[in-house]
Amino acid sequence: MNYFPDEVLEHVFDFITSHKDRNSVSLVCKSWYKIERYSRQRVFIGNCYSISPERLIARFPGLKSLTLKGKPHFADFNLVPHDWGGFVYPWIEALAKSRIGLEELRLKRMVVSDESLELLSKSFVNFKSLVLVSCEGFTTDGLAAIAANCRFLRELDLQENEVDDHRGHWLSCFPESCTSLISLNFACLRGEVNLGALERLVSRSPNLKSLRLNRAVPLDTLQKLLMRAPQLVDLGIGSYVHDPFSEAYNKLKIAIQRCKSIRSLSGFLEVAPHCMSAIYPICGNLTFLNLSYAPGLHGNKLMKLIQHCRKLQRLWILDCIGDKGLGVVALTCKELQELRVFPSDPFEAGNAAVTEEGLVLVSAGCTKLNSLLYFCQQMTNAALITVAKNCPNFIRFRLCILDPIKPDPVTNQPLDEGFGAIVQSCKGLKRLSLSGLLTDQVFLYIGMYAEQLEMLSIAFAADSDKGMLYVLNGCKKLRKLEIRDCPFGDSALLEDVGKYETMRSLWMSSCEVTLGGCKSVAEKMPTLNVEIIDESEQMEFNLDDKQKVDKMYLYRTLVGHRKDAPEYVWIL
Amino acid sequence: MEGSVGYDNDLNLKATELRLGLPGTEPVSIVRRNKRSLQQVADDDCGVNGCKSDDQNETAPPPPKAQIVGWPPIRSYRKNNIQTKKNESEGGGIYVKVSMDGAPYLRKIDLKVYSGYPELLQAIENMFKFTIGEYSEREGYKGSDYAPTYEDKDGDWMLVGDVPWGMFITSCKRLRIMKGSEARGLGRGV
Repeated sequence: MNYFPDEVLEHVFDFITSHKDRNSVSLVCKSWYKIERYSRQRVFIGNCYSISPERLIARFPGLKSLTLKGKPHFADFNLVPHDWGGFVYPWIEALAKSRIGLEELRLKRMVVSDESLELLSKSFVNFKSLVLVSCEGFTTDGLAAIAANCRFLRELDLQENEVDDHRGHWLSCFPESCTSLISLNFACLRGEVNLGALERLVSRSPNLKSLRLNRAVPLDTLQKLLMRAPQLVDLGIGSYVHDPFSEAYNKLKIAIQRCKSIRSLSGFLEVAPHCMSAIYPICGNLTFLNLSYAPGLHGNKLMKLIQHCRKLQRLWILDCIGDKGLGVVALTCKELQELRVFPSDPFEAGNAAVTEEGLVLVSAGCTKLNSLLYFCQQMTNAALITVAKNCPNFIRFRLCILDPIKPDPVTNQPLDEGFGAIVQSCKGLKRLSLSGLLTDQVFLYIGMYAEQLEMLSIAFAADSDKGMLYVLNGCKKLRKLEIRDCPFGDSALLEDVGKYETMRSLWMSSCEVTLGGCKSVAEKMPTLNVEIIDESEQMEFNLDDKQKVDKMYLYRTLVGHRKDAPEYVWIL
Repeated sequence: MEGSVGYDNDLNLKATELRLGLPGTEPVSIVRRNKRSLQQVADDDCGVNGCKSDDQNETAPPPPKAQIVGWPPIRSYRKNNIQTKKNESEGGGIYVKVSMDGAPYLRKIDLKVYSGYPELLQAIENMFKFTIGEYSEREGYKGSDYAPTYEDKDGDWMLVGDVPWGMFITSCKRLRIMKGSEARGLGRGV
């Protein structure tokens, strides 16, 4: 291939879009590395501390789209203290100083300040797309800056962020000249929005395909918006409360019927369940339905709605659907690929409305199922074995039994065999989360069979170091391992420290690893950052190596210790 | 703060854990499992809950457990959302029966719909087509043959209007519009 001019190779590389493939291409030879790096437009960085913005900029001068992830996954569950890190400002600052023409920024679990949003909005003329998932640290003032300054903004997508809502004039900050919006999602904002500004914005956005509203948008505004945007493909309804005999409801029915392109429906943040019939006309086309924030919708009304959704591929629902309701899903949604069942009452473990029965029903009826997140009251080995047989195509299998060490209630046995069946049957399994009573045995199975496994989450499981060793030795493609409350100690941690360089990160909290063990890893592997997170700051006073470490997070990095760690984080 | 940080969690949980088990039985250890070997469990022949399994058939409700940090694993955003929704919908509508002396059947109203006494009384007046009269602390409802009363949590019949609205709607079990001599008796105070 050396006798092809660079332009030809570049053209060929244009067809290679996946990050993995492009990374592979860059490793073939020096000339391919060079061509690839100049033509690369999209970069994904799974851990913002693994590389520095300066090195990113140096290698990929043509960068247009950057995806960054910050805090470890367990931060979602309050296991990582605030201000641990994951600040986006230094990245935006460095990119702003360079000649990079950033157009898209996608962030997950990062701390985003209003200053960084403002700097972002002013530094990149062609900035088009901002996606923030599970981030924090900003207010609606930051959003106002984005709205006001990004003249060609196409996408503003806020998913499940904690935003300080200063009660919106931010929507009014979109100038009259802004007509380029394709996607606007502000469902996670808790405050009022300027409804008039919203209507005008939607009116002048002919390309708007995705619109997700927050609770403050009432039904009659929804109706007006739908009248102006019948081309919508993705709709998130805010408030859906009204009188079924009112004029507003009739108008809504008409408006919805015009929206023949809607394929994705979510929200219903406030819902009066007796008015769902207005939605029926669009249900037949839906491929994604997210009712996981609509606890007011359950029982027969929910069943009826689902019965209209025959083309559903992804369903996110609350457990008040019950096993019976899942039976309806199994009969109706033959195209279903992804199911997520969230708890509606997470702290009252006895009240979870779904059990192994619902899952078995869905597995029998929906044979295309490949992705599962299931919070349930209980699970049995028999059920898991049946599910494994019915659905061998699982890529993601995340099971959360609300009582963390509950055995099989029928046999009183651990759930080793059930999960063993899953990993043996689902040869393409990439992500697995375990729960219930589990011994070392399940990890033996995982090490043996889960050849494609990339991410594993373990809690309250195993009997000894053997469990962790089975996994580390067996799962060759493992990238992320997160463990809490398991009896894994130093001998497991230290068995093969080289392995951690092949992984993105390892999290261990409330396990048996000691300070000495962690120090050992850090000493042997200079390319890893080994962080001890110690909020009680006991470590400062008691430097005994035999002391158990409460939270350890280690990750590979090319840029050494980070400089922005708070006082309670000790990088060994 | 004795020993390692890890064991602190164990102690704290024990201290705050609510249990319905018999005194003397081991509480379920939900944080540290390394203490318990499968061998031991198998020997006991009664699952992970140890000696409690005899009590713990499907009929017995599980003891309420102390909340474990970060469990169940759902995003804080979602958790906060559920909490908000629960707070809002707690109680739902407060429907109470309303009877009127001499009326052939009772009615039901949702107290949550009204923001205060004037609205409530207006609604009752409309419902039963009569007038209640003006309220005064001293003399109750003057200018009418009727007096609105309610049965409170203790089973006593009280005059509507004496207590703050918020207290009223949480303590009111049913309403009764008293008429005639009974009403006059109440209206004049004891």
